[in-house]
Order: sequence, then C-alpha cells, then structure tokens
Amino acid sequence: MNFQLIGVNHNSAPLDVRERLAVPEARLPEAIQQLVQQPGVEEGLVLSTCNRVEVLTSTSQNADLRAFLRSYFGVSPEAIQSHLYELREREAVRHVFRVASSLDSMVVGEPQILGQVKEAYAVARGLGAVHSALEALLSRAFAVAKRVRTETAIGSSSVSIASVAVQLAEKIFGSLEGKTVYLVGAGKMAELAARHLIGHGAQKIIISNRTHERAVQLAEAFGGEAVPFDRLHEIAGSADIILTSTGANEPIFRREHGERLLRGRRNRPVFFIDIAVPRNVAPEVNKLDGLFVYDVDDLQSIASSNSTERKKEAERAEQIIETEVTRFAARMKSLAVVPTILSLQEYCETIRQAEIDRVRGKLGHITPEQEAAIEAVTRGIINKLLHTPITTLKSSAAEPEAATIEEMVRRLFNLSNGKPKS
Amino acid sequence: MPLFWLRVALALYGVGLVYALASFWGGRQVLTRITMPAVGLGMTFHFVSLIENAMLSHILAPSSMHEMESLLGFVLMVFFFVIYARYHATAPGLAVFPLVFLLTASAALGTTPSAESTPLFVSAQWVYVHVALILVGYSALLFSFIASILYLIQERNLKRKTAGGFWSRLPALAVMDDIGYKCLIWGFPFMTLGLISGAILAEARFGPRYFADPKILLSILVWLVYMVLLYTRWSAGWRGRRAAYLATFAFAVAMVAWAANNLSHTHRFIAP
Repeated sequence: MNFQLIGVNHNSAPLDVRERLAVPEARLPEAIQQLVQQPGVEEGLVLSTCNRVEVLTSTSQNADLRAFLRSYFGVSPEAIQSHLYELREREAVRHVFRVASSLDSMVVGEPQILGQVKEAYAVARGLGAVHSALEALLSRAFAVAKRVRTETAIGSSSVSIASVAVQLAEKIFGSLEGKTVYLVGAGKMAELAARHLIGHGAQKIIISNRTHERAVQLAEAFGGEAVPFDRLHEIAGSADIILTSTGANEPIFRREHGERLLRGRRNRPVFFIDIAVPRNVAPEVNKLDGLFVYDVDDLQSIASSNSTERKKEAERAEQIIETEVTRFAARMKSLAVVPTILSLQEYCETIRQAEIDRVRGKLGHITPEQEAAIEAVTRGIINKLLHTPITTLKSSAAEPEAATIEEMVRRLFNLSNGKPKS
Repeated sequence: MPLFWLRVALALYGVGLVYALASFWGGRQVLTRITMPAVGLGMTFHFVSLIENAMLSHILAPSSMHEMESLLGFVLMVFFFVIYARYHATAPGLAVFPLVFLLTASAALGTTPSAESTPLFVSAQWVYVHVALILVGYSALLFSFIASILYLIQERNLKRKTAGGFWSRLPALAVMDDIGYKCLIWGFPFMTLGLISGAILAEARFGPRYFADPKILLSILVWLVYMVLLYTRWSAGWRGRRAAYLATFAFAVAMVAWAANNLSHTHRFIAP
C-alpha cells in the first residue's frame, strides 16, 4: 500500500503559482481520469481550493506524479520545484490528516476545508477513482478531523476583530435575528464589521455620518436607513448594537447618554462597539447595568488571546494526529500481510485436498461419518500447524522485520509472490 | 419497589451531579453527551417510583418529608427539561442537578409506605393539589433565581472583558433573562392558587385562627415578594444586578417559609 502526494499550498507557493495549478470544479473529473491513467497510479484524488492544489494517489509502484503535472497542467515541475512538496507513506498520511483537520489552513481551525476535502473525495469516488486504500485513508481522515474538532477548542474562538464583535454580540443577545445595528461613522472598518453583523442575522441597519452623502451611499448598499448626524441621540435608543467610528476628539456617548438610553429602552441591553481612536464612547458607560462597551483594544486583546489559545489547541491537535497516523500505519501494515496469509492457507488447503483424494481410492467405501471425521482431522492438523506462523505474521506486521518474516514464510512454503490465485 | 426505582433514579441523577461538578474543572464533551439521556432516564424511574408509592399508600398526597422531597426533586427535573426543550440551555443543571441529587438521596433513605399508613388528612386529594401547586411555584422561583445568578455571572464576565474559561460557555444574557422572566410568569399562578387552596383547606379544618401562624404568614410574604419581583420586571424591565438581588431575597424568604414547617402548628400534617 503506497500513498503518494504532490501539491502546493499557501505556505509553499505564491498565488500566481497556485493559480497555474488550480483545477476548476467543472474540469475536476477530467483531471482525475487522466491522473488514474498514469502508470503505477491505482487510485487518485485531486483537491483544489484557493489555498492549495494537491494530488493524492495510492500507487502499486512508484508513480511519477511530476509527469502528471507536466502533462496535465503543462507546467514544468522544475520551474516550480521550490514550491512543490512531494510526500509519501506516513508523511502523506499525516499531511492528509492535518489538511482535513484544518491544521494546514491559512486560518488554522477554519471549518470550510473539511467540506472541501469531502467534496473532492465524493467527486473522485463518483468516478470510481477511489477504492480500498484511499477509502480507508480518507474515512480515517474524516474521523480524525471530527476527533480534533470535538477534543480540542481549535475552531471555537474568533481571531479577527469583526468576528470577536459578532461573538460578543451573540453572548449578549443570543441571536442577532431581528436586532438593529446603528453605525455612527461610516468608515471602511465600520462597513466591514456591519457586514459581519448582517451576515449573522442582524436585521436593520441605521447609519449616521458627518458627511451625510456617505451615510446615504452605505445605507443603499446595505438596504438600511441614513439618519442625519445631529439626530444621533434620538435614534440611538432604538439600536441594540451601536458601532462608533467617528473622528471626534471627545466621546460622543457619555454616562448621561447611557442612562437616558437605558430608561428609554426599559433596561434592555445595548452593545457598544467602539472602533474609533480616540474613543467615541466614554469608558464609564461600561459601568452602567446593561451597557457593554468594547473598544478597539478590548476586541484586539480578545482576538489575540484567542489566537494564542488556538495555537495551544493546535499543538494538542498535532498530538492527536500523531497517534492517529501511527495507528493508521499499523493497520495498513497488518493489511499488507493479508495476501501472504491467504496464499499460505490456500497452499495448505491444496495439499490437504490432494492427500484426501489420494487416500480415498485406497479406503474404498466409507460412511458419511467417517468422511466427516477425516475432514475434521486433516483440517485440525492444518489449523494447528498454521496457527503460530499466522499469528506471528500478524503481530510482527507493524515491526521493522515484518518484510523479512514475510519473505521467509514465502520461501519456506514456496509461495509465489503476489496475490494468491483464487 | 418504589424505593428501588427511586434508588435507580438516584444513581442516574448521580451522572448529573458528576457533570455539574466536572464542569467547574472544564467539563468534557463526552460527559455532556451522556448526561442528558442519563438524567432523563432517571426522571422516568423517578416518576415510576412516585406512582408506585401513591398506589401502595392509596393516597396521592406525600405523607412524609421523604416523599415530599422526592416530589420536589421530580418537579425540579420536569422544570429543567421544559427549559432545556425550549432554550437548549444546560447551564441551570449546574445548580439543579446537585440539588435534585440531594433531595432524591434524602428521599431514598425513607421507607416504603405500608398499605396501613393512614391518610393524615381527610381530603387528601385536595392536599395533593395544594402541595403540587406550591411545589411548582417554588420550583419556578428557584429556576428564576438560578437564571438570575447565571445572568449576573455572565454580565460580570462581559463587563470585565475576560473571554474564555469555564463561564464563557454559559448561554447568552438574553436567554438567561428570558428564562428568569418566563419562570416567574408561569410560576405565579401556581403559587397563587397553591396559597388559596391551602387557605381553603386550613379554613375548613381550623377555622379563622389558622391565619396567625408563622408558616402561613411567611408564605404570604413569599407571595408578596414574588409579586414585587414580577412587577419590577414587567413594568421597569429590571434585570441584571437589581433583579438578581431581589430574586435572591425572594428565594431566601421562600426557604425560610419552607423551613417554617417546624415552627408551625397548623401546617404539621406532613410529619417530619
């Protein structure tokens, strides 16, 4: 069982190299079909996302995957030599596990990659390009990815300011469905954060900006409502989330505004996201019951503590993967001795049958009971004799001398190399 | 047999207890997955135990403190699952599981009622109605209290801007707020009717003098505090710290009223 993998990813290759190797979804089947026609390639799969292009194969002998790159993509592998990685066996298995578990992703822990791997697998499987070996590898990879996700907190924390803001808003409001977001100031960052909030269900967007035209423009883009800047405090009461990003030198929301706000909304909470520097919301507003103020530093420090957390979790995930790789390799090796065991059993069975046929002529008429007894006796002898060699083959499969033992057994019993004739 | 089923239920509630305790040291996903089925099953056995008990003693009303505890534990579990079904919040379990475990453990020490145990009160069915109503009212108050405390913890977390850690897995503020409020609203009619039924029963037995009894007076105080709690929530939208303080006070009064059984002359038909 040989796994071979060749590919480029966001670490190894710049975008222009990845672009040259990318396979559009529509052309994926064709690429896979061409791949499995390569000499030596038994099974094949192509994974192509914006961050990586990888060709994974199971081969009967050494296959020249570079030749495939040359013939299919028309790129000379020598030219992109420094960007390519080529992995075999254990390294290939580990890589597939890491990719599926999102440890090899640009944003470690992002959840999309597993879906993309599953997609690539489904396409290749649909074409009949995946059988036993890749099937075993990938189904194990999916299980490993699931294990990593449930046993580590790798995908649970947000690492960008906008996603931290969304996560906090969800901690306050549960869901953002039906919530109103008020943008005070309509800069690029505010727009980005608003997009995130809308993406998570926020319903209504109100925008005020010193330059009213910009507010109107953004309101159109979001399907929101633009309100003149001087009506700021009047409007603020209807918003659950207030995102401030104006260039004001003094805070525009102070304690007394906060108190008025709370009275007006019967103490329902308000979440202030203040991404302005200097701050637009006075820090003492945070002291009021039901008002939550997060400035840019707060968000940033949560984001970076999350990414430290993520790194720690990633280390734990690497350990899980290491044990899984070892386990998988052991399983694969124990599968590798199966043909030898089968041919050994077949060899003995042939001898047994031949001997029974030979002796039957001499015995003349025998009763069914006697025949059954002969069967049982001969079978019993064979089984007892074979018991130790077979268990030794199985138990030594994961050890380095496995190949030697296997070879010895084949020579002792004069078994032909290759699969038994059935 | 009812005691046997109760002990089975107790063992299953033990899983809930372990879950609650383990959560404080960063609970494991595996535990979360087995806890809900385990305590759900426990609740089923608990129900069986209650029914068998009633059939054995031929009366519905709990006739001892142990049976009372058993019934209260069961009502609390029902409450927990109603909330779980509605909000998918397991956090109240952190407080409820240990409490139910203790109640059930204490109840499991009791003895199986014999068929001879005589109803202690003539109109036993009415007592049962009274007890059931009051227990639901108390449970509602307890859940509202738990939700307030969890709300407070989550609010403090958000104010201090500390992400991560065990408490970060609590449900959202809005969810806790809703649980607290809904529990109060649903519990109030039960509490009110429970008090009225109790008053009618006592009037029938003792006449007007029943009123001047610590248990009765405290119960009325509980009801008043309950009403204030509900009113401040409803009219001024009190939540967070103020609501939590008030809920704590209400719960403390309720505990005193519960304990006042030992001082009461008219409310002693439940033999301790």
